Amino acid sequence: MRLTEDERAMLAGAAGEPRRWAIEHQIAVGEFFDAADLVPVSQAHIMADTESLGESGVRFLETLAAAPEPERRVRIPTLTDPRGLDFAVYKRLGQTDAMAALEARTIAALKSFGVLMTDTCINYQTILPPTRGEHLAMGDTGVVIYSNSVFGARSNFEGGPSALAAALTGRTPRYGYHLDAHRRATRRFQLDVRPHDLSEWGALGGIVGRACGSYWEVPLIDGIENAPGSDALKHFGAAMASYGSTALFHMPGITPEPIEFAGSVPDTVRIGRAELDAFVTAYGATGDKVDVVVFAAPHLSLVEMAAVADALAGRPVHPDTTLLVATSPEIKHAADRMGLTRRIEETGAIVAAGICFYQSYAAEMAEANGWQRLVTNSAKLVNIIGGYGYRPTLLSLERCVDSAVTGRVV
Amino acid sequence: MPTVLKCHPGIGPSVTGIALVAKDNFSARYDLDRKTGVFSRPTHALAGQSYAGKVLVLDQAKGGVATAWMLHEMKSRGLVPLALVFNRVNPILAQVAAFGSVTIVDRFESDVTDLIQTGDELRIDPAAGVVEILNR
Repeated sequence: MRLTEDERAMLAGAAGEPRRWAIEHQIAVGEFFDAADLVPVSQAHIMADTESLGESGVRFLETLAAAPEPERRVRIPTLTDPRGLDFAVYKRLGQTDAMAALEARTIAALKSFGVLMTDTCINYQTILPPTRGEHLAMGDTGVVIYSNSVFGARSNFEGGPSALAAALTGRTPRYGYHLDAHRRATRRFQLDVRPHDLSEWGALGGIVGRACGSYWEVPLIDGIENAPGSDALKHFGAAMASYGSTALFHMPGITPEPIEFAGSVPDTVRIGRAELDAFVTAYGATGDKVDVVVFAAPHLSLVEMAAVADALAGRPVHPDTTLLVATSPEIKHAADRMGLTRRIEETGAIVAAGICFYQSYAAEMAEANGWQRLVTNSAKLVNIIGGYGYRPTLLSLERCVDSAVTGRVV
Repeated sequence: MPTVLKCHPGIGPSVTGIALVAKDNFSARYDLDRKTGVFSRPTHALAGQSYAGKVLVLDQAKGGVATAWMLHEMKSRGLVPLALVFNRVNPILAQVAAFGSVTIVDRFESDVTDLIQTGDELRIDPAAGVVEILNR
Protein backbone atom coordinates (compact mmCIF):
# COMPACT_ATOMS: atom_id res chain seq x y z
CA MET A 1 0.00 0.00 0.00
CA ARG A 2 1.08 3.55 -0.69
CA LEU A 3 1.62 5.42 2.59
CA THR A 4 2.03 9.15 3.15
CA GLU A 5 4.81 10.56 5.28
CA ASP A 6 2.37 11.02 8.18
CA GLU A 7 1.19 7.41 7.84
CA ARG A 8 4.75 6.05 7.77
CA ALA A 9 5.51 8.04 10.93
CA MET A 10 2.47 6.51 12.66
CA LEU A 11 3.60 3.04 11.61
CA ALA A 12 7.05 3.72 13.02
CA GLY A 13 5.48 4.62 16.38
CA ALA A 14 6.32 8.34 16.22
CA ALA A 15 2.70 9.23 17.12
CA GLY A 16 2.48 6.74 20.01
CA GLU A 17 1.45 3.14 20.49
CA PRO A 18 -2.34 3.53 19.91
CA ARG A 19 -1.81 5.06 16.45
CA ARG A 20 0.96 2.55 15.63
CA TRP A 21 -1.39 -0.34 16.49
CA ALA A 22 -4.22 1.32 14.55
CA ILE A 23 -2.38 1.85 11.28
CA GLU A 24 -0.73 -1.57 11.40
CA HIS A 25 -4.22 -3.10 11.76
CA GLN A 26 -5.52 -0.98 8.86
CA ILE A 27 -2.64 -1.94 6.58
CA ALA A 28 -3.28 -5.66 7.22
CA VAL A 29 -6.95 -5.24 6.31
CA GLY A 30 -6.12 -3.03 3.33
CA GLU A 31 -3.62 -5.48 1.88
CA PHE A 32 -6.13 -8.32 2.25
CA PHE A 33 -8.51 -6.35 0.02
CA ASP A 34 -5.76 -5.05 -2.33
CA ALA A 35 -6.32 -1.43 -1.24
CA ALA A 36 -4.00 1.04 -2.99
CA ASP A 37 -3.89 3.46 -0.07
CA LEU A 38 -5.76 4.87 2.93
CA VAL A 39 -8.56 7.42 2.49
CA PRO A 40 -9.27 10.24 4.99
CA VAL A 41 -12.62 9.77 6.79
CA SER A 42 -14.75 12.47 8.45
CA GLN A 43 -16.55 10.40 11.12
CA ALA A 44 -16.03 7.09 12.91
CA HIS A 45 -18.73 5.11 14.74
CA ILE A 46 -17.67 2.39 17.16
CA MET A 47 -19.62 -0.71 18.09
CA ALA A 48 -18.31 -1.53 21.56
CA ASP A 49 -21.06 -3.08 23.69
CA THR A 50 -19.79 -5.09 26.63
CA GLU A 51 -21.61 -8.27 25.65
CA SER A 52 -19.41 -8.43 22.54
CA LEU A 53 -16.28 -6.99 24.15
CA GLY A 54 -16.20 -9.26 27.17
CA GLU A 55 -13.46 -8.84 29.77
CA SER A 56 -10.73 -9.31 27.13
CA GLY A 57 -12.07 -6.55 24.87
CA VAL A 58 -12.51 -4.13 27.77
CA ARG A 59 -8.92 -4.80 28.85
CA PHE A 60 -7.73 -4.13 25.29
CA LEU A 61 -9.48 -0.73 25.33
CA GLU A 62 -8.13 0.09 28.80
CA THR A 63 -4.58 -0.75 27.75
CA LEU A 64 -4.73 1.57 24.71
CA ALA A 65 -6.48 4.24 26.77
CA ALA A 66 -3.61 4.27 29.26
CA ALA A 67 -1.37 5.99 26.68
CA PRO A 68 -0.55 9.70 27.20
CA GLU A 69 -3.43 11.96 26.13
CA PRO A 70 -1.83 13.35 22.92
CA GLU A 71 -1.25 9.77 21.76
CA ARG A 72 -4.74 8.43 22.50
CA ARG A 73 -7.06 11.27 21.41
CA VAL A 74 -9.20 10.47 18.35
CA ARG A 75 -8.44 12.57 15.26
CA ILE A 76 -12.02 12.80 13.90
CA PRO A 77 -15.53 13.02 15.43
CA THR A 78 -16.13 9.53 16.82
CA LEU A 79 -19.54 8.23 17.94
CA THR A 80 -20.68 5.05 19.70
CA ASP A 81 -23.21 2.40 18.75
CA PRO A 82 -25.67 1.21 21.47
CA ARG A 83 -24.24 0.04 24.78
CA GLY A 84 -24.80 -3.25 26.60
CA LEU A 85 -26.71 -1.75 29.47
CA ASP A 86 -28.81 1.26 30.49
CA PHE A 87 -27.94 2.05 34.13
CA ALA A 88 -31.49 3.38 34.70
CA VAL A 89 -33.31 0.15 33.84
CA TYR A 90 -30.83 -2.75 33.94
CA LYS A 91 -32.13 -4.30 37.15
CA ARG A 92 -35.69 -4.40 35.78
CA LEU A 93 -34.37 -6.35 32.76
CA GLY A 94 -32.58 -8.97 34.87
CA GLN A 95 -29.10 -7.67 34.01
CA THR A 96 -26.47 -7.91 36.77
CA ASP A 97 -24.22 -5.57 38.73
CA ALA A 98 -21.20 -7.32 37.18
CA MET A 99 -22.48 -6.34 33.70
CA ALA A 100 -22.96 -2.76 34.93
CA ALA A 101 -19.40 -2.67 36.32
CA LEU A 102 -17.96 -3.85 32.98
CA GLU A 103 -20.07 -1.24 31.18
CA ALA A 104 -18.76 1.54 33.42
CA ARG A 105 -15.16 0.52 32.70
CA THR A 106 -15.83 0.53 28.94
CA ILE A 107 -17.41 3.98 29.04
CA ALA A 108 -14.45 5.35 31.00
CA ALA A 109 -11.99 3.91 28.47
CA LEU A 110 -13.90 5.22 25.44
CA LYS A 111 -14.25 8.70 26.98
CA SER A 112 -10.50 8.88 27.53
CA PHE A 113 -10.00 8.56 23.76
CA GLY A 114 -12.31 11.58 23.34
CA VAL A 115 -15.16 9.48 21.91
CA LEU A 116 -18.63 11.10 21.94
CA MET A 117 -20.95 8.67 23.77
CA THR A 118 -23.93 8.86 21.43
CA ASP A 119 -24.87 5.20 22.08
CA THR A 120 -27.07 4.88 19.03
CA CYS A 121 -27.52 3.07 15.74
CA ILE A 122 -29.60 5.93 14.26
CA ASN A 123 -26.88 8.58 14.33
CA TYR A 124 -27.76 9.28 10.68
CA GLN A 125 -31.22 10.42 11.88
CA THR A 126 -30.25 12.12 15.11
CA ILE A 127 -26.59 13.24 15.30
CA LEU A 128 -24.93 14.29 12.02
CA PRO A 129 -26.37 12.90 8.79
CA PRO A 130 -23.65 12.05 6.24
CA THR A 131 -23.49 13.79 2.87
CA ARG A 132 -22.95 12.43 -0.61
CA GLY A 133 -19.39 11.33 -1.35
CA GLU A 134 -18.30 11.62 2.29
CA HIS A 135 -15.89 8.84 3.33
CA LEU A 136 -16.79 7.35 6.73
CA ALA A 137 -15.84 4.51 9.07
CA MET A 138 -19.22 3.38 10.37
CA GLY A 139 -19.49 0.54 12.85
CA ASP A 140 -23.05 -0.77 12.52
CA THR A 141 -24.39 -2.56 9.49
CA GLY A 142 -27.63 -0.58 9.54
CA VAL A 143 -25.73 2.71 9.73
CA VAL A 144 -23.44 1.69 6.86
CA ILE A 145 -26.21 0.62 4.49
CA TYR A 146 -28.29 3.75 5.21
CA SER A 147 -25.27 6.09 4.87
CA ASN A 148 -24.16 4.45 1.61
CA SER A 149 -27.56 4.03 0.01
CA VAL A 150 -29.78 6.91 1.13
CA PHE A 151 -27.09 9.60 1.41
CA GLY A 152 -24.56 8.33 -1.13
CA ALA A 153 -21.78 8.41 1.47
CA ARG A 154 -18.98 5.80 1.46
CA SER A 155 -18.28 3.31 4.22
CA ASN A 156 -17.47 -0.35 4.65
CA PHE A 157 -18.61 -2.33 7.68
CA GLU A 158 -16.08 -1.32 10.33
CA GLY A 159 -15.97 -3.65 13.34
CA GLY A 160 -15.20 -2.16 16.75
CA PRO A 161 -11.39 -2.45 16.58
CA SER A 162 -11.30 -1.13 13.00
CA ALA A 163 -13.59 1.82 13.72
CA LEU A 164 -11.37 2.70 16.69
CA ALA A 165 -8.34 2.41 14.41
CA ALA A 166 -10.00 4.80 11.93
CA ALA A 167 -10.76 7.22 14.77
CA LEU A 168 -7.10 7.19 15.85
CA THR A 169 -5.59 7.62 12.37
CA GLY A 170 -8.36 9.66 10.73
CA ARG A 171 -8.43 7.34 7.71
CA THR A 172 -9.38 3.85 6.57
CA PRO A 173 -8.17 1.46 3.85
CA ARG A 174 -9.60 2.41 0.45
CA TYR A 175 -11.40 -0.73 -0.73
CA GLY A 176 -14.97 -1.97 -1.15
CA TYR A 177 -17.62 0.77 -1.00
CA HIS A 178 -15.06 3.58 -1.00
CA LEU A 179 -14.48 2.74 -4.69
CA ASP A 180 -16.83 3.55 -7.60
CA ALA A 181 -16.23 0.11 -9.10
CA HIS A 182 -17.91 -1.68 -6.17
CA ARG A 183 -20.95 0.62 -6.02
CA ARG A 184 -22.58 -0.51 -9.26
CA ALA A 185 -25.65 -2.75 -9.05
CA THR A 186 -25.13 -6.51 -9.39
CA ARG A 187 -28.70 -7.73 -8.68
CA ARG A 188 -32.10 -6.46 -9.77
CA PHE A 189 -35.45 -6.71 -7.97
CA GLN A 190 -38.90 -5.47 -8.95
CA LEU A 191 -41.42 -4.75 -6.20
CA ASP A 192 -45.00 -5.52 -7.15
CA VAL A 193 -46.29 -4.71 -3.68
CA ARG A 194 -46.49 -1.63 -1.51
CA PRO A 195 -45.49 -2.51 2.08
CA HIS A 196 -48.15 -1.56 4.63
CA ASP A 197 -45.91 -0.62 7.53
CA LEU A 198 -42.37 -0.66 8.95
CA SER A 199 -42.45 -4.40 9.72
CA GLU A 200 -43.22 -5.08 6.05
CA TRP A 201 -40.46 -2.74 4.88
CA GLY A 202 -38.15 -4.76 7.12
CA ALA A 203 -39.50 -8.01 5.66
CA LEU A 204 -38.84 -6.72 2.14
CA GLY A 205 -35.29 -5.84 3.13
CA GLY A 206 -34.94 -9.34 4.57
CA ILE A 207 -36.15 -10.94 1.32
CA VAL A 208 -33.72 -8.90 -0.80
CA GLY A 209 -30.84 -9.45 1.64
CA ARG A 210 -31.45 -13.19 1.83
CA ALA A 211 -31.51 -13.40 -1.99
CA CYS A 212 -28.24 -11.43 -2.26
CA GLY A 213 -26.47 -13.23 0.56
CA SER A 214 -23.14 -11.47 0.24
CA TYR A 215 -21.43 -8.26 1.28
CA TRP A 216 -20.28 -7.79 -2.31
CA GLU A 217 -23.72 -7.87 -3.99
CA VAL A 218 -25.42 -4.51 -4.65
CA PRO A 219 -29.16 -4.82 -5.23
CA LEU A 220 -31.17 -2.40 -7.30
CA ILE A 221 -34.84 -2.26 -6.27
CA ASP A 222 -37.35 -1.00 -8.83
CA GLY A 223 -41.04 -0.34 -8.49
CA ILE A 224 -41.21 2.06 -5.58
CA GLU A 225 -43.39 4.92 -6.68
CA ASN A 226 -43.41 7.18 -3.63
CA ALA A 227 -40.57 8.01 -1.28
CA PRO A 228 -40.92 5.56 1.61
CA GLY A 229 -39.48 7.95 4.23
CA SER A 230 -36.64 7.70 6.68
CA ASP A 231 -38.06 5.14 9.14
CA ALA A 232 -39.17 2.80 6.33
CA LEU A 233 -35.76 2.94 4.66
CA LYS A 234 -34.15 2.47 8.07
CA HIS A 235 -36.01 -0.82 8.68
CA PHE A 236 -35.58 -1.87 5.04
CA GLY A 237 -31.81 -1.32 5.04
CA ALA A 238 -31.17 -2.70 8.52
CA ALA A 239 -32.98 -5.94 7.69
CA MET A 240 -31.23 -6.24 4.32
CA ALA A 241 -27.82 -5.79 5.97
CA SER A 242 -28.75 -8.32 8.64
CA TYR A 243 -30.08 -11.06 6.34
CA GLY A 244 -27.61 -10.48 3.54
CA SER A 245 -24.53 -8.72 4.96
CA THR A 246 -25.51 -6.13 2.30
CA ALA A 247 -23.91 -2.67 2.54
CA LEU A 248 -25.45 -0.72 -0.36
CA PHE A 249 -28.68 -0.70 -2.37
CA HIS A 250 -30.01 1.55 -5.09
CA MET A 251 -33.65 2.60 -5.59
CA PRO A 252 -34.21 4.54 -8.82
CA GLY A 253 -35.91 7.85 -8.04
CA ILE A 254 -35.23 7.55 -4.31
CA THR A 255 -31.49 7.06 -3.76
CA PRO A 256 -29.00 9.62 -5.14
CA GLU A 257 -26.45 7.68 -7.18
CA PRO A 258 -26.81 7.07 -10.92
CA ILE A 259 -28.00 3.60 -11.85
CA GLU A 260 -25.25 1.55 -13.45
CA PHE A 261 -24.77 -2.21 -13.52
CA ALA A 262 -21.44 -3.88 -12.81
CA GLY A 263 -21.74 -6.07 -15.91
CA SER A 264 -24.62 -7.09 -18.13
CA VAL A 265 -28.07 -6.23 -16.76
CA PRO A 266 -29.03 -9.06 -14.36
CA ASP A 267 -32.34 -10.95 -14.50
CA THR A 268 -35.14 -9.31 -12.57
CA VAL A 269 -36.46 -11.03 -9.43
CA ARG A 270 -40.07 -10.05 -8.73
CA ILE A 271 -41.30 -9.66 -5.15
CA GLY A 272 -45.06 -9.54 -4.57
CA ARG A 273 -47.61 -9.89 -1.80
CA ALA A 274 -47.22 -13.68 -1.70
CA GLU A 275 -43.46 -13.48 -1.03
CA LEU A 276 -43.97 -10.80 1.61
CA ASP A 277 -46.69 -12.75 3.41
CA ALA A 278 -44.66 -15.98 3.29
CA PHE A 279 -41.70 -14.21 4.92
CA VAL A 280 -43.85 -12.92 7.80
CA THR A 281 -45.86 -16.14 8.20
CA ALA A 282 -42.67 -18.19 8.69
CA TYR A 283 -42.36 -16.47 12.08
CA GLY A 284 -46.09 -16.68 12.88
CA ALA A 285 -47.34 -17.88 16.27
CA THR A 286 -50.90 -16.57 16.61
CA GLY A 287 -52.38 -17.35 20.01
CA ASP A 288 -49.07 -18.14 21.74
CA LYS A 289 -48.24 -16.59 25.09
CA VAL A 290 -46.00 -13.54 24.64
CA ASP A 291 -43.06 -13.17 27.02
CA VAL A 292 -41.55 -9.96 25.70
CA VAL A 293 -42.43 -7.35 23.11
CA VAL A 294 -39.46 -5.34 21.83
CA PHE A 295 -39.32 -2.13 19.84
CA ALA A 296 -35.64 -1.71 18.91
CA ALA A 297 -33.07 -2.66 16.26
CA PRO A 298 -32.82 0.00 14.94
CA HIS A 299 -33.47 2.54 17.68
CA LEU A 300 -36.84 4.26 17.43
CA SER A 301 -37.12 7.72 15.93
CA LEU A 302 -39.21 10.32 17.76
CA VAL A 303 -42.01 9.60 15.28
CA GLU A 304 -41.94 5.90 16.17
CA MET A 305 -41.94 6.74 19.88
CA ALA A 306 -45.12 8.76 19.35
CA ALA A 307 -46.65 5.87 17.38
CA VAL A 308 -46.00 3.45 20.27
CA ALA A 309 -47.54 5.88 22.76
CA ASP A 310 -50.59 6.35 20.51
CA ALA A 311 -51.04 2.60 19.95
CA LEU A 312 -50.87 1.88 23.68
CA ALA A 313 -53.45 4.63 24.34
CA GLY A 314 -53.01 4.15 28.08
CA ARG A 315 -53.92 0.42 28.07
CA PRO A 316 -51.91 -1.52 30.67
CA VAL A 317 -49.34 -4.07 29.50
CA HIS A 318 -50.32 -7.65 30.47
CA PRO A 319 -48.76 -8.64 33.85
CA ASP A 320 -47.01 -11.71 32.34
CA THR A 321 -45.54 -9.74 29.41
CA THR A 322 -42.69 -7.20 29.27
CA LEU A 323 -42.83 -4.36 26.75
CA LEU A 324 -39.44 -2.79 26.06
CA VAL A 325 -38.91 0.31 23.90
CA ALA A 326 -35.28 1.20 23.07
CA THR A 327 -34.15 4.48 21.61
CA SER A 328 -31.15 6.79 21.57
CA PRO A 329 -30.33 9.09 24.50
CA GLU A 330 -31.19 12.13 22.31
CA ILE A 331 -34.61 10.81 21.37
CA LYS A 332 -35.24 9.66 24.95
CA HIS A 333 -34.65 13.24 26.15
CA ALA A 334 -37.02 14.55 23.50
CA ALA A 335 -39.62 11.91 24.41
CA ASP A 336 -39.28 12.85 28.08
CA ARG A 337 -39.77 16.51 27.24
CA MET A 338 -42.82 15.85 25.07
CA GLY A 339 -44.52 13.51 27.53
CA LEU A 340 -44.15 10.43 25.30
CA THR A 341 -42.00 8.51 27.82
CA ARG A 342 -44.60 9.08 30.55
CA ARG A 343 -47.45 7.94 28.27
CA ILE A 344 -45.55 4.74 27.40
CA GLU A 345 -44.26 3.94 30.89
CA GLU A 346 -47.57 4.56 32.69
CA THR A 347 -48.81 1.37 30.98
CA GLY A 348 -46.05 -0.65 32.66
CA ALA A 349 -43.74 -0.61 29.63
CA ILE A 350 -40.00 0.15 29.94
CA VAL A 351 -38.32 2.87 27.88
CA ALA A 352 -34.55 2.31 27.68
CA ALA A 353 -31.96 4.73 26.30
CA GLY A 354 -28.74 3.77 24.53
CA ILE A 355 -29.25 -0.01 24.43
CA CYS A 356 -30.60 -2.11 21.59
CA PHE A 357 -31.83 -5.43 23.06
CA TYR A 358 -29.77 -7.91 21.08
CA GLN A 359 -26.57 -6.07 22.05
CA SER A 360 -27.63 -6.18 25.70
CA TYR A 361 -27.00 -9.70 26.98
CA ALA A 362 -30.11 -11.08 25.28
CA ALA A 363 -29.36 -14.69 26.28
CA GLU A 364 -28.83 -13.75 29.92
CA MET A 365 -32.03 -11.67 29.94
CA ALA A 366 -33.96 -14.64 28.51
CA GLU A 367 -32.65 -16.89 31.25
CA ALA A 368 -33.19 -14.39 34.07
CA ASN A 369 -36.75 -13.59 32.99
CA GLY A 370 -37.87 -16.92 31.52
CA TRP A 371 -38.38 -15.31 28.10
CA GLN A 372 -38.86 -17.34 24.92
CA ARG A 373 -41.58 -15.86 22.72
CA LEU A 374 -40.49 -12.44 21.51
CA VAL A 375 -42.73 -10.20 19.41
CA THR A 376 -41.34 -7.24 17.47
CA ASN A 377 -41.90 -5.11 14.39
CA SER A 378 -38.17 -5.34 13.54
CA ALA A 379 -37.27 -7.88 10.87
CA LYS A 380 -33.61 -7.36 11.80
CA LEU A 381 -34.30 -8.39 15.40
CA VAL A 382 -36.32 -11.41 14.26
CA ASN A 383 -33.31 -12.55 12.24
CA ILE A 384 -30.76 -12.09 15.00
CA ILE A 385 -32.55 -13.23 18.09
CA GLY A 386 -33.12 -16.89 17.14
CA GLY A 387 -29.41 -17.52 17.81
CA TYR A 388 -29.97 -16.38 21.41
CA GLY A 389 -32.64 -19.01 22.08
CA TYR A 390 -35.73 -16.83 21.49
CA ARG A 391 -38.74 -17.75 19.35
CA PRO A 392 -39.43 -14.52 17.42
CA THR A 393 -42.60 -13.28 15.71
CA LEU A 394 -42.81 -10.32 13.30
CA LEU A 395 -45.92 -8.12 13.53
CA SER A 396 -46.92 -4.53 12.81
CA LEU A 397 -46.33 -1.97 15.56
CA GLU A 398 -50.05 -1.91 16.36
CA ARG A 399 -50.32 -5.71 16.62
CA CYS A 400 -47.16 -5.82 18.73
CA VAL A 401 -48.79 -3.40 21.15
CA ASP A 402 -52.06 -5.39 21.15
CA SER A 403 -50.01 -8.54 21.89
CA ALA A 404 -48.33 -6.78 24.82
CA VAL A 405 -51.70 -5.74 26.21
CA THR A 406 -53.41 -9.14 25.83
CA GLY A 407 -50.32 -11.29 26.59
CA ARG A 408 -51.00 -13.37 23.45
CA VAL A 409 -49.77 -13.11 19.84
CA VAL A 410 -52.64 -11.42 17.98
CA MET B 1 1.46 -35.62 -2.17
CA PRO B 2 -1.13 -33.37 -0.54
CA THR B 3 -3.76 -31.63 -2.65
CA VAL B 4 -2.85 -27.95 -3.00
CA LEU B 5 -5.57 -25.28 -3.23
CA LYS B 6 -4.63 -21.73 -4.23
CA CYS B 7 -6.40 -18.67 -2.79
CA HIS B 8 -5.87 -14.94 -2.23
CA PRO B 9 -3.20 -14.19 0.41
CA GLY B 10 -4.86 -14.08 3.81
CA ILE B 11 -4.11 -12.88 7.32
CA GLY B 12 -2.71 -14.63 10.40
CA PRO B 13 -0.16 -17.33 11.22
CA SER B 14 0.16 -20.65 9.35
CA VAL B 15 -1.87 -23.38 11.09
CA THR B 16 -2.72 -27.06 10.69
CA GLY B 17 -6.10 -28.45 11.74
CA ILE B 18 -9.20 -30.52 10.98
CA ALA B 19 -11.92 -29.17 8.65
CA LEU B 20 -15.59 -28.68 9.51
CA VAL B 21 -17.38 -27.97 6.22
CA ALA B 22 -20.87 -26.75 5.32
CA LYS B 23 -22.64 -24.91 2.53
CA ASP B 24 -23.77 -22.18 4.90
CA ASN B 25 -22.66 -18.77 6.12
CA PHE B 26 -21.21 -17.40 9.33
CA SER B 27 -21.84 -14.76 11.98
CA ALA B 28 -20.59 -15.00 15.57
CA ARG B 29 -23.63 -13.14 16.90
CA TYR B 30 -26.29 -14.90 14.87
CA ASP B 31 -25.04 -18.47 14.81
CA LEU B 32 -22.94 -19.34 17.86
CA ASP B 33 -23.40 -20.23 21.51
CA ARG B 34 -20.16 -18.55 22.47
CA LYS B 35 -20.28 -19.92 26.03
CA THR B 36 -20.23 -23.58 25.04
CA GLY B 37 -18.51 -23.31 21.65
CA VAL B 38 -21.22 -24.84 19.46
CA PHE B 39 -23.35 -23.58 16.56
CA SER B 40 -26.63 -22.61 18.25
CA ARG B 41 -28.80 -21.23 15.46
CA PRO B 42 -31.34 -24.02 14.85
CA THR B 43 -31.40 -23.51 11.08
CA HIS B 44 -27.59 -23.48 10.63
CA ALA B 45 -26.18 -26.47 8.72
CA LEU B 46 -23.74 -27.09 11.61
CA ALA B 47 -26.32 -26.67 14.44
CA GLY B 48 -25.17 -28.45 17.60
CA GLN B 49 -21.59 -29.02 16.37
CA SER B 50 -18.51 -27.72 18.19
CA TYR B 51 -16.36 -25.20 16.35
CA ALA B 52 -13.55 -24.83 18.91
CA GLY B 53 -10.13 -25.51 17.39
CA LYS B 54 -11.64 -26.44 13.99
CA VAL B 55 -10.95 -25.05 10.56
CA LEU B 56 -14.37 -23.77 9.49
CA VAL B 57 -14.91 -24.12 5.74
CA LEU B 58 -18.00 -22.12 4.79
CA ASP B 59 -19.40 -19.99 2.00
CA GLN B 60 -19.73 -16.35 3.14
CA ALA B 61 -19.66 -14.05 6.15
CA LYS B 62 -22.98 -12.46 7.01
CA GLY B 63 -24.49 -9.78 9.24
CA GLY B 64 -22.81 -8.49 12.25
CA VAL B 65 -20.11 -6.03 13.00
CA ALA B 66 -19.93 -7.57 16.49
CA THR B 67 -18.00 -10.60 15.27
CA ALA B 68 -14.80 -8.50 15.45
CA TRP B 69 -14.94 -8.25 19.26
CA MET B 70 -16.60 -11.61 19.76
CA LEU B 71 -13.84 -13.72 18.24
CA HIS B 72 -11.28 -11.80 20.30
CA GLU B 73 -13.29 -12.62 23.44
CA MET B 74 -13.76 -16.25 22.37
CA LYS B 75 -10.01 -16.60 21.80
CA SER B 76 -9.31 -15.36 25.34
CA ARG B 77 -11.30 -18.40 26.58
CA GLY B 78 -9.83 -20.86 24.06
CA LEU B 79 -13.23 -21.40 22.39
CA VAL B 80 -12.44 -20.01 18.96
CA PRO B 81 -12.13 -21.69 15.54
CA LEU B 82 -8.51 -22.30 14.52
CA ALA B 83 -9.04 -20.78 11.07
CA LEU B 84 -11.74 -19.62 8.67
CA VAL B 85 -11.56 -20.84 5.06
CA PHE B 86 -14.36 -19.18 3.09
CA ASN B 87 -15.33 -18.58 -0.50
CA ARG B 88 -15.61 -14.87 0.26
CA VAL B 89 -15.37 -13.00 3.52
CA ASN B 90 -16.69 -9.56 4.34
CA PRO B 91 -14.59 -6.78 5.88
CA ILE B 92 -15.51 -7.81 9.41
CA LEU B 93 -13.86 -11.22 9.18
CA ALA B 94 -10.75 -9.70 7.62
CA GLN B 95 -10.70 -7.24 10.52
CA VAL B 96 -11.10 -10.15 12.97
CA ALA B 97 -7.98 -11.74 11.53
CA ALA B 98 -6.06 -8.45 11.52
CA PHE B 99 -7.04 -8.08 15.21
CA GLY B 100 -5.14 -11.30 15.83
CA SER B 101 -8.05 -13.59 16.64
CA VAL B 102 -7.94 -16.20 13.89
CA THR B 103 -6.23 -17.16 10.62
CA ILE B 104 -8.28 -16.42 7.52
CA VAL B 105 -8.14 -17.07 3.77
CA ASP B 106 -10.69 -16.71 0.96
CA ARG B 107 -11.11 -16.36 -2.84
CA PHE B 108 -10.31 -19.85 -4.22
CA GLU B 109 -10.42 -20.89 -7.88
CA SER B 110 -13.71 -22.75 -7.31
CA ASP B 111 -16.23 -23.41 -4.49
CA VAL B 112 -14.09 -24.29 -1.48
CA THR B 113 -16.98 -26.09 0.26
CA ASP B 114 -16.84 -28.63 -2.61
CA LEU B 115 -13.05 -28.91 -2.57
CA ILE B 116 -12.73 -29.73 1.15
CA GLN B 117 -14.59 -32.37 3.19
CA THR B 118 -15.35 -32.47 6.91
CA GLY B 119 -12.52 -34.36 8.64
CA ASP B 120 -9.83 -33.38 6.12
CA GLU B 121 -6.54 -32.34 7.69
CA LEU B 122 -5.59 -28.90 6.36
CA ARG B 123 -2.41 -26.85 6.44
CA ILE B 124 -3.14 -23.17 5.81
CA ASP B 125 -0.40 -20.75 4.74
CA PRO B 126 -2.06 -17.32 4.54
CA ALA B 127 1.06 -15.43 3.45
CA ALA B 128 1.48 -17.69 0.40
CA GLY B 129 -2.27 -17.97 -0.28
CA VAL B 130 -2.22 -21.79 -0.12
CA VAL B 131 -4.33 -24.45 1.62
CA GLU B 132 -3.04 -28.04 1.54
CA ILE B 133 -5.27 -31.07 2.13
CA LEU B 134 -2.75 -33.33 3.86
CA ASN B 135 -4.75 -36.58 3.79
CA ARG B 136 -5.57 -36.54 0.08
